Amino acid sequence: MKQFLIFVGKEFKHVFRDQKTLLMLFGLPVVQILLFGFALTNEIKNSRVFVLDYARDRDSRNIINKIESSTYFEIYGVSANPADMEKAFRSGRVKSAIVFPDHFANSLYHQRRTQMRIITDGSDPNTATTISNYLSTLVNDYQFGQLPLPPGAIQLRTEIRMLYNPELKGAYNYVPGVMALVLMLVCVLMTSISIVREKENGTMEVLLVSPFKPLLVLLSKAVPYLLVSFFNLVVILVLSVLMLGLPIKGSLALLLLVSTLYIITALSLGLLISTATASQQAAMLLSLMGMLLPTMLFAGFMFPIENMPKALQYISNIVPARWYYIIVKSIMIKGLGLSAIWKEVLILSGMTLFLLALSLKKFKIRLE
Amino acid sequence: MKTLLVLLQKEFRQILRNKAILPLIFVMPTVQLLILPLAADYEIKNIKLAVVDQDHSPLSARLIAKISASGYFRLTHYGNSFPAALHEVELERADLVLSIPSNFEKDVFLENKGNLQLTINAINGVKAGLGGSYLGAIIRDFVPEIKLNNQLISAGKAGIETISTAWYNPYMDYNMFMVPGILAALVTMIGSYMTALNIVKERESGTIEQINVTPIHKFHFILAKLIPFWVIGMLMFSVGLLLVAKLVYGISSLGSLWLLYAFLAVYLVAVLGLGLLISTFSETQQQAMSVTFFFVMIFMLMSGLFTPVDSMPLWARMISYLSPLTYFIDVMRLIVLKGSQFSDLKPQFLIILGFALVMNVWAVRNYRKTN
Repeated sequence: MKQFLIFVGKEFKHVFRDQKTLLMLFGLPVVQILLFGFALTNEIKNSRVFVLDYARDRDSRNIINKIESSTYFEIYGVSANPADMEKAFRSGRVKSAIVFPDHFANSLYHQRRTQMRIITDGSDPNTATTISNYLSTLVNDYQFGQLPLPPGAIQLRTEIRMLYNPELKGAYNYVPGVMALVLMLVCVLMTSISIVREKENGTMEVLLVSPFKPLLVLLSKAVPYLLVSFFNLVVILVLSVLMLGLPIKGSLALLLLVSTLYIITALSLGLLISTATASQQAAMLLSLMGMLLPTMLFAGFMFPIENMPKALQYISNIVPARWYYIIVKSIMIKGLGLSAIWKEVLILSGMTLFLLALSLKKFKIRLE
Repeated sequence: MKTLLVLLQKEFRQILRNKAILPLIFVMPTVQLLILPLAADYEIKNIKLAVVDQDHSPLSARLIAKISASGYFRLTHYGNSFPAALHEVELERADLVLSIPSNFEKDVFLENKGNLQLTINAINGVKAGLGGSYLGAIIRDFVPEIKLNNQLISAGKAGIETISTAWYNPYMDYNMFMVPGILAALVTMIGSYMTALNIVKERESGTIEQINVTPIHKFHFILAKLIPFWVIGMLMFSVGLLLVAKLVYGISSLGSLWLLYAFLAVYLVAVLGLGLLISTFSETQQQAMSVTFFFVMIFMLMSGLFTPVDSMPLWARMISYLSPLTYFIDVMRLIVLKGSQFSDLKPQFLIILGFALVMNVWAVRNYRKTN
């Protein structure tokens, strides 16, 4: 036990001696939480709209003003020349345009109906759909103010209630996701490098000829990162509650406990990578290229998993972040207890055992 | 010139000799480019709908049938207790609960108005917003159908009719949006890591001192480090664009490939320069990697790859304009999807040229042959 503590002490020294790495260890989670919380949103805000106005009448002007005064849009330019509109699209300045035909208001008041066109930049399909929805809602609102409803019309009122996140803040969705992402990456990267570095530097030989057990070598590598990650976890939670206004509705103790389990899962994965690779570069590429995008995508916080092809849905099952993300959402935001997440916890535990056993089996005590 | 050629030979040999790294450089991006766009489908469909129907009338049945027929919603729960439906939401088995109160049909036919309630799981704000607005639109469309079957005089479509068209991607294919963006991100990641790590590796293993004591000018040394990765970057990009994007996803560039490659050529210099700059500041591979990771992560998130830059607050947009990846993703999408020409892209070209200059000049100045 004393030996073990000495080894852990050695690893701590390795970690804290390197200030540039510490920047990543502690800086990245903070930066990410803030970026995700404040900057990343799919909401439409200040989206620039081009107006192709052949009508130039009172109603077209009113609609333009209405669009301009909404927080979603700003008018990029008004013109009656279609070439200007194409130019604005091709330079990427605008994502949408509206077209008022000749006699726009005239037909509205004389024939009680008129048309206008909304053109969106379909290269980003979701933003395009949202923009087109918002624009037509604005136009609809305008015409309700202008034209009275015909008698005998049926009105269906839909009352909408938003559960858990009434202000539709992006942070509610992103923070649990970022927790899953950051903890996973930091743990995997750091542990995977730490062992390979000893191999590359040749110090592994020294460790192997010592009477110290291989299992303990692996464990002592993981302990410092476990503590660092736990610290990060606490920082992330404090930031998201204080700065982003997220609730922790469920039990904090349960959240910390399950998070520790998740950190251990990630550490075991890092250990496995490090035993399987021979150079730091390979370990880094594997844990970065191999982990960053898949974790980001398969955790389910960026893109809905149920939309993916069946094969990918199966793959997403082996991504630990996916299960942790569900757990965090359930505890923090929905306020559920262990009874709702026992399945996910069981899966994570299983993964951890499997990864640990595998990396221990692969850990070579002989040099090649 | 001769020094440079010899150095280049050395670098290429080292890279080609490394059997562990080389496949990683080419295979992993290809695999990711194959898989990730399939996963990155943000189209909102398959929204799980729970219905609480306390009316059990022909009208409520018609409304439910209409919603299920729309293709956006999947009916996962049907019952008449609201708490039961709410429990489905808790377990993620439903995203949305539509409650139809008793007397719904009677109210509609006798008083011309009805109330519906929509309860939405809003943790994912986008999904909630879009799901709500789709359902709202379906219910709006449903209103004239009630009239028709009820033999009421249809007032016709009065008012302003809006017609929506999506340019450049009429089928609203999400791959068209993601594939160019992900390719750009992958090239950036590989490019900056490889350069950053390569020089530091020589420092860590001590071979850099051997080069430092030779009369090789640092300019040559750095150039010899950059050129191989520049070539690899170009190759990797071509594999991604011409093989994966074209053959698998059927995306071929609308605009000029020359223009795209011209931009890539300058962009790679900028990205490799960033890697170089980081390497001059780091002593170990771990440091270089951590710092590169820090930047790449921020670049990826802020570049508009997943979420639109326009929606960010002003300070975040400023950060995003400081990331070269923002311009590359922008240019990729503009050229490939919209066929933009050089005259449309002049600002982006100038900015990326500026990045390339600043990064490399800074890196060369900062590189010391002596410790």
